[in-house]
Amino acid sequence: MKFQADRASLLKALAHVQSVVEKRNTIPILANVMIAVREGKLTLTATDMEIAVVEDVAATTSRNGACTAPAATLYEIVRKLPEGAPIELDHPGGDAQLALRAGRYATKLVVLPTEDFPAMTAGSLPHRFDIPAAQLRGLIDRTRFAISTEETRYYLNGIYLHVAEGEDGKVLRGVATDGHRLARVELPLPEGAGGMPGVIVPRKTVAELRKLLEEMVGTVAVALSDTRIQFQVDAVLLTSKLIDGTFPEYERVIPRGNDKVMRVGREDFSAAVARVAAISAERSRPVKLTLDRNLLVLSAASAEQGTASEELDGERVHYTATPLEIGFQARYLNDITDQIENEVEFCFADGASPTVVRDAADTSALYVLMPMRV
Amino acid sequence: MMAALCRDCLAILPGPAPSCGQCGGRRVLAHDELFDLAIAHVDCDAFFASVEKRDRPELATRPVIIGGGVRGVVSTACYIARLSGVHSAMPMFKALKACPQAVVIRPDFAKYTDAARRIRALMGALTPLVQPLSIDEAVLDLSGTAALHRAPPAVVLARFALAVEREVGVSISIGLAPNRLLAKMAAGWDKPRGFAVIGAAEAPSRLAPLAVGELPGVGPAQARRLAGLGLTRVGQIQALDPRGALARLGPDGPALLARALGQDARRVDPTRETKSVSAETTFAADLNDAATLEPALWHLAEKLARRLREQELAAGGVVLKLKTAAFALRTRSQRLANPTLLPDLIFETARGLLAREIDGTYFRLIGIGAAPLRPAEEADRGDLVDRDTAKLVAAQGAIDRLRARFGAGAIAKGRTIFSGSTKT
Repeated sequence: MKFQADRASLLKALAHVQSVVEKRNTIPILANVMIAVREGKLTLTATDMEIAVVEDVAATTSRNGACTAPAATLYEIVRKLPEGAPIELDHPGGDAQLALRAGRYATKLVVLPTEDFPAMTAGSLPHRFDIPAAQLRGLIDRTRFAISTEETRYYLNGIYLHVAEGEDGKVLRGVATDGHRLARVELPLPEGAGGMPGVIVPRKTVAELRKLLEEMVGTVAVALSDTRIQFQVDAVLLTSKLIDGTFPEYERVIPRGNDKVMRVGREDFSAAVARVAAISAERSRPVKLTLDRNLLVLSAASAEQGTASEELDGERVHYTATPLEIGFQARYLNDITDQIENEVEFCFADGASPTVVRDAADTSALYVLMPMRV
Repeated sequence: MMAALCRDCLAILPGPAPSCGQCGGRRVLAHDELFDLAIAHVDCDAFFASVEKRDRPELATRPVIIGGGVRGVVSTACYIARLSGVHSAMPMFKALKACPQAVVIRPDFAKYTDAARRIRALMGALTPLVQPLSIDEAVLDLSGTAALHRAPPAVVLARFALAVEREVGVSISIGLAPNRLLAKMAAGWDKPRGFAVIGAAEAPSRLAPLAVGELPGVGPAQARRLAGLGLTRVGQIQALDPRGALARLGPDGPALLARALGQDARRVDPTRETKSVSAETTFAADLNDAATLEPALWHLAEKLARRLREQELAAGGVVLKLKTAAFALRTRSQRLANPTLLPDLIFETARGLLAREIDGTYFRLIGIGAAPLRPAEEADRGDLVDRDTAKLVAAQGAIDRLRARFGAGAIAKGRTIFSGSTKT
């Protein structure tokens, strides 16, 4: 195998694959990237057995062949090479070392046999649809913060992607919850997605996919079965196992009759929350919201450090229901408001029941937040 | 002039003497800094055994061991039993081999807690700065109390030791020093009925000849590592400078050097809370499979939940402790999404941890603990996903009420009834 590629394309591809490889290094070859030139085309492959990334890279190839080399090392080397340098990789085959040359720099890396590199097969993926990258990005950003990291309820460790009945017909929904907050985002149902099963996309896959989507403008091709999902993002093919579990019936925890509505400017609100919460380093301390007619007082107290409060008056807050006191974890509030453009709408029932939060101008996302006792 | 004090009649003496000029007592304590030091470490002498001997005077001259059955471990051995080599945490069969004539008594915690509470009440009269370290150990800061007591801390402490003997009926040992580390070490130097003093000036030279393992915080494993580096005596650590300590001993080196020099900046903090609550059991025969380990675990989960409830605490996480037949210790822990007081949830979490340890190894002990601890009122409030907890809480409340009325055996879950008997 032999090819020449420019630093920028190679670095970008290596960045993608090295973030997928197994970090704990229990199986040495899983820390490697497979570099293959077949029929004059260069592809890089990495996997941790849960996710696999296959990326086509533009290169001038001169000999077919394949080898596997440590992904992190290769990435570090290429990253440190001067910009614009053409890089040549040459692997004569077998156990020989992989030679990398760039200008006057040369290195030789120990390789592991490609035969030992695990292939992650997708199997048959009967459900296929395209989705605009911007929409998928929006779905991820507005749900991922609520994904649980708790191992015992493993079925909460991802985004539940499924078809649901929305206000105006069928929609594609992403839902995530850790039990304390829930995020539900709806997208127009893509053509071909109608018959797909509900699937739980694991947290790590969501994170990798989101990175790939960063600069993407076109559409992403999605293919899935009950057990695998695949995303084609430009030149990168991301294949992932799905979480084998049943996502809870989340609809019944979304309150329907919360009639105490507060509207507040996003920036005013989140800045005030951050300032008030700064009094306590303990992140589980609640911020208390005290509501009266067109008045919101945010306050927090810490036994060690003292108290803080801030008022938002009628110029910034709209509230006409009966007075209310309720507490939330500051970070949970800000995770949600970070996803809201201009105006935040809170729908409360009382000081102890789940609260609904939405973007006042956008009904596609809905958040539910459990209050804390204050 | 060296200050001296008679620990029997509390007379302040002109200097060191073999016996007190006032009362003739032989317990004369003399030290250059005796009346300047204010940090005291108080440790009850063979506490559980002393309480039992107090209540059964006929045992006064016999070796007494407090602990579980034949396969349990020694909780406390009295000083007579210790002469035969018996020590706490020793497996009971070994203890009985070393001291076959020992009287073994099952622990009666209610009695010990009562005695400890009375001792603590006496401490409270000495200074507000009392930090209990365990049921029979506490550290006291008596700084600035001389005016109140019209006596320096050394005198106040000697008087306190006599009061504990008189009013509670057990003896204590006291270490008096400029800081907590030295006070703790001193408390162990003159046991039982001891009173030892380490001054600031002499600390490095008093510590230098000790084996490194005698420094609090240096366990057998670290002592072996240090020995591997050629460091067996505290003095050899003292000879390093902070930079050398870092280079040779790693990130913890400078802290170890400070301890070797007898330095300790920790304050006595009376608000310091309990950090964990736990329960454990040693098996009559070693076990290696889930089917036999889980019933024991369930009993412990119930016991732990009960202990948490008594202390108005809840489990923010669960810790599983296993000791293999070869005495290797394994601890595994798991944070909980929501704090709990429910034995079911504690058990399920511990069972998940246990499942990963079932690899054919035989275990002689299983334990379960709660850490971090949360206030009880945060427990089991359910969340958006978990709608069943409230039901479990209601059921648990009913069980607790029945037990309160008819005794612990009145009601048991199916799991306990069919699991056969396990010893907890």
